[in-house]
Amino acid sequence: MPRLPGSGSVMARANAGAKGDPAVPLLRAVGICIRFGGDEVLHDISLAIEPGEIVTILGPNGSGKSTLLRALLGILPLSKGSIARAPGLSIGYVPQRLVIERTMPISLRRFLSLPARVSDGRAAAALQRVGLEGKGGLQMAALSGGQMQRALLARALLSGPQLLILDEPTQGLDQPGEAGFYRLIGEVRSETGAAILMVSHDLHVVMAASDRVICLNGHICCQGTPQVVSTAPEYRALFGMGTSGALALYRHDHDHDHNGSQDHHCGHDHDHHHHHGNPPHV
Amino acid sequence: MTMITTIITEIPRMFDDLVTRATLAGAGLSLATGPLGCFVIWRRMAYFGDATAHAAILGVALALATDLPVSLGTLVVALAMAVTVAALAAKGWAMDTVLGVLSHSALAFGLVAVSYFPTVRSDLSSWLFGDILAVGRGDLTWIWLGSGLVAALIAWRWQALLTATLSEDLAQASGLNPARERLVLVVALAVVVAVALKVVGALLIAAMLIIPAASARWLARGPERMAVLAVGFGLVSVVLGLQLSLWQDTPAGPSVIVAAAGLFALSGLWAALRDR
Repeated sequence: MPRLPGSGSVMARANAGAKGDPAVPLLRAVGICIRFGGDEVLHDISLAIEPGEIVTILGPNGSGKSTLLRALLGILPLSKGSIARAPGLSIGYVPQRLVIERTMPISLRRFLSLPARVSDGRAAAALQRVGLEGKGGLQMAALSGGQMQRALLARALLSGPQLLILDEPTQGLDQPGEAGFYRLIGEVRSETGAAILMVSHDLHVVMAASDRVICLNGHICCQGTPQVVSTAPEYRALFGMGTSGALALYRHDHDHDHNGSQDHHCGHDHDHHHHHGNPPHV
Repeated sequence: MTMITTIITEIPRMFDDLVTRATLAGAGLSLATGPLGCFVIWRRMAYFGDATAHAAILGVALALATDLPVSLGTLVVALAMAVTVAALAAKGWAMDTVLGVLSHSALAFGLVAVSYFPTVRSDLSSWLFGDILAVGRGDLTWIWLGSGLVAALIAWRWQALLTATLSEDLAQASGLNPARERLVLVVALAVVVAVALKVVGALLIAAMLIIPAASARWLARGPERMAVLAVGFGLVSVVLGLQLSLWQDTPAGPSVIVAAAGLFALSGLWAALRDR
């Protein structure tokens, strides 16, 4: 299995945390708010991503998941709050989708060399890692949905990221494809030690694949380990109960109380749900 | 020895020939329009190019009114137009409508403005359709300088421009600044308009950007290849168009574009036969 670049430094960082240093988060957001025009899409979001952990942001459509990722990436301006990154943090980003203009001829191999050119050897290793070995000559416009997601992941891995940010990476994939992709993400984490922050709205797979889950609906409703979150009342209000959760998600009608100071879901009043643990094992 | 003397005396004389000068002017322009035209196509900026080119006529009027060199006047007005359009686009205006308004208004204002200058009025078609056979040595220097600058700028920013063109989000997440790359293209476009005005004229600058790049798209499998082929298609269009113009006594600028369109058809036909 090819070893991906950047893994050394990340492992070192994660190990340093495990030895008892106060864990330095890769990324820390404090009290961020995002407005589009007059509409407040996100408010009072505070979160930290520790080295090596897999964090999933969960929320119904329109809950601001993609917006939050784009803000953390520095694509969207904050109307309030701040984001601090670990010095020299390298981030790999896999967007929700990438539409290639048919007017642009570009092969998968060439795509991997954007924005920084990479050697053929490294490109081949990255393609093999995501299961696209020998496909470098394909035109990007000819890739299937699943191939495109893997291509985007391969490109993100080539920057040797300490943090991988994925926006609904399995959208448009069938269930085996989805399961395969999450397995791949897990493998990447254990090989490179990169932390992973992803957005999803498919509950069951996510719960199994994550160290920590953040429930989002304009603000952080609750967060913690999958076990803790799945029993939290805030989570149930959002996603329903038990195995019917996945269905409930789509029927969710946003009618639970989210108003201002009465909002007992929001803010700091359920710290007991938060995951304050040691940096996860790598 | 005699050979060297011959070369030394013949090379400057070569520039005396108006067809040679015209060909060299077109070749210089192709160097810039090839790669820039690819970005115009990839980023769907065709109408944007038109608006900027149409503003050039207003630039001519401005130059005549202020006794500035025409090239400088054109550059200033084209730049102002390009920056305005880019700023409006960034604010999320409905670009189809905005460009329609700006493009045609710029042309109309320009035509009205130059009508105050009798010298231009009598020779308006050379600004609209180019006057490549009247390109002098000074023009030639200006065309090669401007085109060289644009080609160098695009080559320098190539990786970043490609990334930002594929996805501004990906570019930003990689630490690039998409707004800066947009500005690079806007400036390049204004410079190309200023140097191309004399060659193909305000109405056909956008054609010189789009048609060779579109021809190259049929044959290319990579962005670099497409840019290089676009330069080649531009170059061949200039040579063929000028010959057509001399032979049939047709206006040079439109003749170049007719040749470019012919090459586009041939290129498409070739691709269709290849993929059959």
